[in-house]
Amino acid sequence: MRALYLALLLAPAVSFGADAPPKVSAQQFVNLQQGDSAFPGFRRAHAKGICISGEFQANGQLADYSQASLFKAGSTAFIGRLSIAGNNPTAPDLKAPVRSMALSFASSRTEQWRLAMNTPPVMAVADPHTFYQQIQAIQAGPAAIKQFFADHPESDEFRAWAAQYQPSGSFAAETYHSINAFYLINADGKQQAVRWAMQPTVAVAANASDEADALQQEIAARVAAGKVVFDWVFTLADAADDETNPTKAWPDSRQQITAGQLVVTGTTPQLEGDCHAINFDPLVLPSGIAATRDPILRARSAAYAESYRRRAKEQLQGALEGSNNE
Amino acid sequence: MSNSDRFSLSMRLFHWGMAALVLSMVAAGLLMVTSLQPWQLTLLNIHKAFGVVAILLVMARLINRLRHKLPALPHELPHWQKTVARASHWMLYFLLFAMPLSGYLMQYYAGRPIDIFGWFRLPAALQVDIHYYALFRELHGWMAVALISLIALHIGAALYHHFIRKDDVLKSML
Ligand code: HEM
Ligand code: HEM
Repeated sequence: MRALYLALLLAPAVSFGADAPPKVSAQQFVNLQQGDSAFPGFRRAHAKGICISGEFQANGQLADYSQASLFKAGSTAFIGRLSIAGNNPTAPDLKAPVRSMALSFASSRTEQWRLAMNTPPVMAVADPHTFYQQIQAIQAGPAAIKQFFADHPESDEFRAWAAQYQPSGSFAAETYHSINAFYLINADGKQQAVRWAMQPTVAVAANASDEADALQQEIAARVAAGKVVFDWVFTLADAADDETNPTKAWPDSRQQITAGQLVVTGTTPQLEGDCHAINFDPLVLPSGIAATRDPILRARSAAYAESYRRRAKEQLQGALEGSNNE
Repeated sequence: MSNSDRFSLSMRLFHWGMAALVLSMVAAGLLMVTSLQPWQLTLLNIHKAFGVVAILLVMARLINRLRHKLPALPHELPHWQKTVARASHWMLYFLLFAMPLSGYLMQYYAGRPIDIFGWFRLPAALQVDIHYYALFRELHGWMAVALISLIALHIGAALYHHFIRKDDVLKSML
């Protein structure tokens, strides 16, 4: 057993290939995300958000594909978070290029699931080290990012999406994508690669507000007036699809299954709600769901843990005391 | 060397088995907190499962230790060195117990159930507590530094006995 363990410890050495780009550590990645002046106590990415709560109502259609209990017909409560990309917890909502939804299902003490989804359906790059260079280019300005995209043809699908994307006026009217693929595993051990999206059930025209918290105010008012619903739609990969490449969408002809509806019934400012304490690491998975070898997906756990460690320590040291919800 | 000058076979097995396990745990811990490579998740899960094995082993080891007579330290050893030797051994036992415990509690309060080799899962809190997570996360990190320092001291002392004092202390564990 120990021999196996030692052998596994040696495995990393093999994967240190000589090819570019240079390997970046979790700490370097989070340093880049937080920028020169971090906001103590807040997430280093997607710092600004609002807590949501409600339940997922499963129709049972996915239960044959995964043994995860929440896919059996019935409902499971969740705590979630709607956020915008970026490291600033006071940034203006409507300026952010990406909007996000994170969910946490604590089905039981031994079965928990965290999801973190974004508006684009694909990534611009396929591995974390190139992603690091992309963020450097974004921070360096328009000329640098233009050059970066020119050097990285794998970003084609992402750019095509970005060119036609029209932000809606509400968190309720966006589609949130898993981007990375996962495996569903059923009771017989059969494995199926999938991606999923939370699809809106309302359309909302662009938001004309000039408030920094325009999207938060809009969703709080909307949920107070009545539930907000999303369809949870899974796309099943074919043998021809590469589940480890997050830059390529799968063809529209792939089978889709709607697993049920996500029903949002409450919102709370993030520092007053339960979502701020949660690290929505998408590699916290219940039985019946497993991670693919997608290098972007596999990089997320260590980076999320580093950000969580920093902000949790700051919070323990009192960083958020006296702060209102900004 | 007579038998009473040597650790019992069971104690020697526990010693070297756990030495290999703990060194691997430290190496895995230090690698996985920095790496963004695809194997990071695999190593993280192995670290947690073997960490749980470690806490079971250290408990069995302590019980075994209480049931055996230990070889005495060399008589002529200065009093302060004997004191440091005994204190550092108890500190090592404490850390071998406290490291996995803090690791598990950190994951418990972060709401992350622990998968044990795909056989079963250890429970986690239904509601995350970020303060307790922070506390045990920092403890795990600081105790790791203390453990690495103590292991270095321990190895240094063993080599000092063997090569400089030329006594039987290291041989008693072989
Ligand atoms: C290598 C790639 C990525 C890295 C290094 C990364 C890093 C991070 C970090 C450090 C956080 C803050 C975590 C915390 O403190 O709790 C975060 C949050 C988040 N990330 Fe990523 N991320 C990556 C890819 C992605 C992808 C592909 C998606 C979408 C599919 C995504 C969606 C999100 C969302 C929604 C949040 C906010 C979660 C919340 O509300 O707490 N990330 N990311
Ligand atoms: C003999 C037992 C153990 C040893 C020697 C050990 C050692 C280490 C070391 C050296 C680190 C890196 C420290 C740092 O960066 O601050 C680490 C991290 C970690 N350990 Fe352990 N560990 C042990 C048991 C456990 C157990 C039982 C668990 C959980 C069940 C655990 C969970 C973790 C986690 C999750 C991290 C990374 C945390 C993060 O990324 O924020 N460890 N460990």
